Amino acid sequence: MKRTALFEKHISLGAKMVDFAGWDMPVYYTGIIEEHLHTRSLAGLFDICHMGEFFIEGKDASKEVERLVSCRIADMPDGKCRYGFLLSRDGGIMDDLIVFKISQNEFMIVVNAGTIGKDSSWISGNIKGDVSFFDRSGSIAKIDVQGPSSPSVMGRLAGKEAIENIGRYSFINVKIGPADVLLARTGYTGEIGYELFFDAGYASGMWDSLMRFDEIKPVGLGARDTLRLEMGYPLYGSDICEQVDPFEAGLGRFVYMDKDFIGKEALLARIEKEDKKILMGFECDGRRIARHGFRIEVEGIESGVVTSGGFSPSLKKAIGLCYVDKKAAYEGGKIILTDGNISIEAKLTRTPILKNK
Amino acid sequence: MNLKELKYTKDHEWVKLQGEEAVIGITDHAQSELGDITFIDLPRLGQKVKQSDGIATIESVKAASEVYSPVSGEVFSVNDTLVDAPETVNTSPYEDGWICKISVSGAKELDGLMDHAGYEEYLRELK
Repeated sequence: MKRTALFEKHISLGAKMVDFAGWDMPVYYTGIIEEHLHTRSLAGLFDICHMGEFFIEGKDASKEVERLVSCRIADMPDGKCRYGFLLSRDGGIMDDLIVFKISQNEFMIVVNAGTIGKDSSWISGNIKGDVSFFDRSGSIAKIDVQGPSSPSVMGRLAGKEAIENIGRYSFINVKIGPADVLLARTGYTGEIGYELFFDAGYASGMWDSLMRFDEIKPVGLGARDTLRLEMGYPLYGSDICEQVDPFEAGLGRFVYMDKDFIGKEALLARIEKEDKKILMGFECDGRRIARHGFRIEVEGIESGVVTSGGFSPSLKKAIGLCYVDKKAAYEGGKIILTDGNISIEAKLTRTPILKNK
Repeated sequence: MNLKELKYTKDHEWVKLQGEEAVIGITDHAQSELGDITFIDLPRLGQKVKQSDGIATIESVKAASEVYSPVSGEVFSVNDTLVDAPETVNTSPYEDGWICKISVSGAKELDGLMDHAGYEEYLRELK
């Protein structure tokens, strides 16, 4: 398994470790529920060094990124980020990602850890013109700070005024100690928070600096998953994959149809055929978890499948995401979730599952 | 709870015999392996069980795990506090986190289980 620059920190904190996409990562330090609730009330510190960072640079950078990803690029100001997808020629989702516009000639694209190789081959194989592609995943560290106390923590670390002026889905360049940091107001938890990108050589020092704050606790991938699930954010490999297009996943708003991009033709054909299923959230009646693979029955008829299932520490009940027949997909719709052995009653709900975030 | 008075199974259940009655739970090792427990499917009152029958299902954020009865008999008491507070098994696996009580039909079955020293040795071998 691969190790991030912060591996020793996790071991010395007594983290329970697990293989995640080939990386030896912390699932939890003290407990998933405790870490989850801490992030929603104070601030959680996450090692996310395993994710990928690609750079596309050159005169044709903007043009090429526009052609490769689903979201609109042309109207992005410098310092803005956008969520979108890499689509295959079949219109299926190869990965979900965030594009950072550093300048007209320089873009950073952040991708999932498990798809770095696939995405890198795809992009470098498809870009053309006056542009260069760099995979800097190995040399860039990523640390997330998420939670209501994170602006205060980051303000003390990077300067109050600088932090106060970062809008949602925007980023700045700032010096924190010896490190030049690309500091973005983005995240995967639903709380206000920041993602820090900087040279991996400074990872250990950055972690230590952040751990000194009283509000900060280290949080593992277990709570990262329960946090995103409460928000209904999809996880690549579970809720979205190459067999699914953005519209089925309820994420059509991240596809800009008024431009040319790889996969657009196929996507148009898929939309025509759409009598299919759509991704929705669900809330179970109790605590019993309906896991990935459980079938959905609506009035006795098999109508879909669970793609993510887990426990919500905030709601104290089981929740999840599922693909369900469009005609059954409405707010409050009653469903039964079953694996053939146990049956669980639940209600469909639009995301976010945890409201008022 | 005096851990030395308990008997233990290879699946990390503990049992305390008090006359004809047995109290059952899972060990600290088991709760630690499970992580945060989110749901317990408890046995029904009056349920008859044989040694090694599945008697309860414990779910954590990570996975679901069966609890196997260390003895044969009939369930006469169930810890209802675990319905709304299953995490009690994490914080107090030997006391407040007891799962159920069984009136025992085969007390001799306990002879086949490990004592405290034996279980400690067993845990060392597992590492």
